[in-house]
Amino acid sequence: MEAVKGIDLAVKKGDIFGFLGPNGAGKSTTQKMLSTLLSPTSGEAKVLGYDLAKQQVEIRQNVGCVSQAGGADLTSTGVENLVLQAQLYGLDAQTAKKYAADFVERFQMVSFINRQASTYSGGQKRRLDIALGMIHRPQLLLLDEPTSGLDPQSRAYLWDEIRKLKGEGVTIFLTTQYMDEADKLCDSIAIIDNGRIIVTGTPTELKSSLGGDSIAFTFPTVEAARQAATLLAEKIEAERIKTIDNSVYLNIKDGDRMMPDLLRALDAKNLKAESVTLSKPSLDDVFLKYTGRSLREDLIK
Amino acid sequence: MKLLHDTRLMFVRNMQHTLRSPVFVFASMFQPLMYLVLFMPLLNGLGGVPGLPAGKTVDVFIPGLLVLEALFGTAFVGFSLIDDIRAGVIERFLVTPVSRSAILLGRVLRDAVVLIAQCVLITLVAIPFGLNINGFGFLLSLLLYALIGISMASVSYGFALLFKIEDALAPTLNTITLPLSLLSGIILPLALAPIWLQDLSKINPFSYAVDATRALFAGDFMNIGILEGFVVITVLAVLVFLWGLRSLNKMAA
Repeated sequence: MEAVKGIDLAVKKGDIFGFLGPNGAGKSTTQKMLSTLLSPTSGEAKVLGYDLAKQQVEIRQNVGCVSQAGGADLTSTGVENLVLQAQLYGLDAQTAKKYAADFVERFQMVSFINRQASTYSGGQKRRLDIALGMIHRPQLLLLDEPTSGLDPQSRAYLWDEIRKLKGEGVTIFLTTQYMDEADKLCDSIAIIDNGRIIVTGTPTELKSSLGGDSIAFTFPTVEAARQAATLLAEKIEAERIKTIDNSVYLNIKDGDRMMPDLLRALDAKNLKAESVTLSKPSLDDVFLKYTGRSLREDLIK
Repeated sequence: MKLLHDTRLMFVRNMQHTLRSPVFVFASMFQPLMYLVLFMPLLNGLGGVPGLPAGKTVDVFIPGLLVLEALFGTAFVGFSLIDDIRAGVIERFLVTPVSRSAILLGRVLRDAVVLIAQCVLITLVAIPFGLNINGFGFLLSLLLYALIGISMASVSYGFALLFKIEDALAPTLNTITLPLSLLSGIILPLALAPIWLQDLSKINPFSYAVDATRALFAGDFMNIGILEGFVVITVLAVLVFLWGLRSLNKMAA
């Protein structure tokens, strides 16, 4: 079965790169190839400058990887997990213990780390998973759906930690199906669907490719809405205005800065809007534009 | 050396798991102990038939019983590997620079050590039943049991890596272990069997192990069966270990 058909991308050193797409799009498969777990059937890739086909040992040594399953050994304690993981990267027992202690403190795991990992909450376990991926201080960290299934508080905490890692110069390749996560964290994004990359860019670029913000005015009567549309057409190109019943919809750049001006103009003609909503385009809209489907539909399925 | 270093790490990790719930070490000894207490007395009355000299039935039965323990005690170790696969632990190991042989070696060596402990305990229990053993022969037998354990454990891990679910693993392992144990003359000597059954047993590597350990327990060191047993089981252990390793690499690829 082909999960990934053709992928061409470059990740800038020190960036948080978001790899975004619905379930089954090929995100995890790509990540498994980058971590040397799967061998691509064709094509070539360089990870940190190492050839994926020939320098797997170097890649394993310098890349950290946190899979969706996490990979913590639940029958051992968190400390045992961390120390063993560090030793697997070739650190001697003493250094391994020191590295483990550093991460325990940094990820605020002191209160639970000596308990068996099967007793951890979702957020605690996720912190351990990420510490396991980071223990050898890699230059590149592959994170597969790091916050999936977590409560909002744990998500926010992990987002902070991921930003801190970036601050330390670690490049992060983040796989996610959450648009808000990609939007908040990532410097650049690639959207993948059906094993192919559909579009790449920064979140801002992608959103502005949609044309701008949307503003909706609602008026007491259909007649008022028509008058308002005519008035607004003096300020905005006509094709960006749409009237449906007693509402007027605008699609414009810099909607937030235009808004006060527009409201004053309406007021001057005594056209009083009952309500006004401004919405910034989200990455959900980007996904919709490029795939013709809503990402949420896929999430529900 | 990296392989040794990594194998030690993996061995210690797996041993910690075993020692965390030592009850399972004893649980798999239940079956052979039942044979010892509830079945072996039946053999006393049979003494004198081919392959079962009168008054020496215990000496003939115990080495074979330990082969049975080596087969069944290690055949189901693959289940613990499925737990690790499901939790993502194996995948996590595979993306570190750890030697892949060490991932498997650390497990089968743990299984071999547990098995040796079980064999020693069962032998100690058998002594009051009138078991006579040659000490040096017994020590050599332990090595052979360990090799059997390594073989069966590798088979179990190989299938676990192939199937990744318990539902497929259990019937497969049962299907393998039952004919292997019946065809090795453990319960009753194969000297009693019709020719076709004796011939069939010759393709079962474990029948050589039973012959070899019976000779070792008796101190019959000139018996060619001992050499045969070691050669057959060593070759088997190496082959199935390599097959298991292939399954591990396949799981990754």
